[in-house]
Amino acid sequence: MNRRPWWLWAVIAGGYAFLYIPIISVIVYSFSASRMATVWGGFSLRWYGALFDNQQILDALGRSLVISATAATAAVFLGTASGMALSRFGRFPGRGLLSLMNSAPMVMPDVMLGLSSLLLFVALQQMTGWPQRGMGTIMLAHITLTTCYVTVVVRSRLTSLDRSLEEAAMDLGARPWRVFFLITLPLIAPALLAGWLLAFTLSLDDLVIASFTSGPGASTLPMLIYSKVKLGVTPEINALATLIISVVAIGVAVAGVFMHRMEARRANG
Amino acid sequence: MSQVRGDGGWQLFADVVRNLFGFFRVVRDEFRSNRGRVLVTLVPMLWLGLFFAVPFLIVAKISFAEAVFGQVPPYTALVERAADGAASLRLHVSSYALLLQDPLYVAAYLRSLLFAGVSTLFCLLIGYPMAYGIARAKPVMRLVLMMLVILPFWTSSLLRTYAMIGIFKANGWLSTALAAIGVIDPGTAVLHTNLAVYIGIVYNYLPFMVLPLAATLMRLDFTLLDAAADLGAKPAQSFLRITVPLSMPGIIAGCLLVFIPAVGEFVIPDLLGGPDALTIGRVLWTEFFTNRDWPLASAVAVAMLLLIVIPTLVFEYIENKRERREAAS
Repeated sequence: MNRRPWWLWAVIAGGYAFLYIPIISVIVYSFSASRMATVWGGFSLRWYGALFDNQQILDALGRSLVISATAATAAVFLGTASGMALSRFGRFPGRGLLSLMNSAPMVMPDVMLGLSSLLLFVALQQMTGWPQRGMGTIMLAHITLTTCYVTVVVRSRLTSLDRSLEEAAMDLGARPWRVFFLITLPLIAPALLAGWLLAFTLSLDDLVIASFTSGPGASTLPMLIYSKVKLGVTPEINALATLIISVVAIGVAVAGVFMHRMEARRANG
Repeated sequence: MSQVRGDGGWQLFADVVRNLFGFFRVVRDEFRSNRGRVLVTLVPMLWLGLFFAVPFLIVAKISFAEAVFGQVPPYTALVERAADGAASLRLHVSSYALLLQDPLYVAAYLRSLLFAGVSTLFCLLIGYPMAYGIARAKPVMRLVLMMLVILPFWTSSLLRTYAMIGIFKANGWLSTALAAIGVIDPGTAVLHTNLAVYIGIVYNYLPFMVLPLAATLMRLDFTLLDAAADLGAKPAQSFLRITVPLSMPGIIAGCLLVFIPAVGEFVIPDLLGGPDALTIGRVLWTEFFTNRDWPLASAVAVAMLLLIVIPTLVFEYIENKRERREAAS
């Protein structure tokens, strides 16, 4: 091991500080009594109280949770199907197209996905009278956005998987569906969970696509936060951000401990 | 299993029938499994085709229409039917002409590229040492450092952009600190300046740079560096000639993961930048929501697609070449 220079550690520490100072700042000010979101006015929980009294925020939160859970669940089904097709079915006509359609949404800017989805919904509605713009159209657009992320997670898990178990089951005469449900599915379950969580978070965070595809009265939580922030920093948002960050932090910490245990177990044989 | 017994033709017939059924069963199974495969392939294909590919054709189509206000949808039909049933196609290129002629749009494109490019560079400069630190840390420390990068990655980009606003305000501590060292005038805010947009993009996209870099650096064989040091290479020399070339796939992946979404970014320039920090993402948003000019918004989207497809194709090409080389060796 060669020694590393002090400035390297300084840059690393600076990078982490950069990542965390804004977050910590929001958390600290969420406990400030002051109406000014950037001035300390003594410790208080009043913004948490105000948050839970704000029916508008709670409604939007409920709406966002329903949209994200539905979109994530549908995306897991579609993403698993795409992942299986891309990693297990060899060559088939349209494979390149499927692969492209599963990677393109990841690099598309939100504004483009939002605009194109909306124009599709408008065209469909003109032709068939369906869909009405609202929560349903946000869900459809979010399923399309998040499917490709699930595909990537599931596909990489399937590729790294030892295929001998599946082959053994096939050799013993199990039908493809049975092989999938009895062998493959339990093996890729962690990837499905990770894919679901990723899809759920992406859908929950999305402002732009939801703004384009939403209809009257169907504001999601990010849309509400955006409109509040545009009007000026509001202390309730500090409290809301603190709660959301805490939930994510607990989730990431649990996942980290879990991964560490798994690795330790694997290392010990 | 066929078992031909010697006792008579009847047995033989039964056997042939049984084998024939066996054959049919194999065919049926094959058909079934393939039908399953077709189903499994077709469902995501149709979904993504309808909700992802078709919309782009619609965007391309509407970009050639002309805006008509006060009707739903607010644009002209491309195919017009005359009274005698003859259809005529009417393409308007006015949106594209406007994009090329009005310096506002050209400037917005160049500004987006500049914002994304400079931010990507700074993400790389900050992210590389962080990824290096993660890769060389001991297992438990590595996990903790990794988790600390993943946490912001999972936290809403909108909320993290919001977190920056408080710091950038005139009485926020960053503005105070920068005023103290003379970067900005005392009493002014970083908020609503281009500097705020740069810091915001770097802040938001740093995890996208660190994660792929850390993944490649973790696979790097660090004994190569010891060997280089034994042979008399200076640290800077071995870094430039060993570490950087070997981590090139991570550098390219990280840069594209930052650059491509940053070009089309809307939230960060909109919330942190001033009114002049007009990027293509903001132009598209304004044309659509404020000016309600759907054809122009569509033309902006088409132009944005061209801007993004080119670096993506270059990346795909490099990745494929690398994979083929790795498969060959």
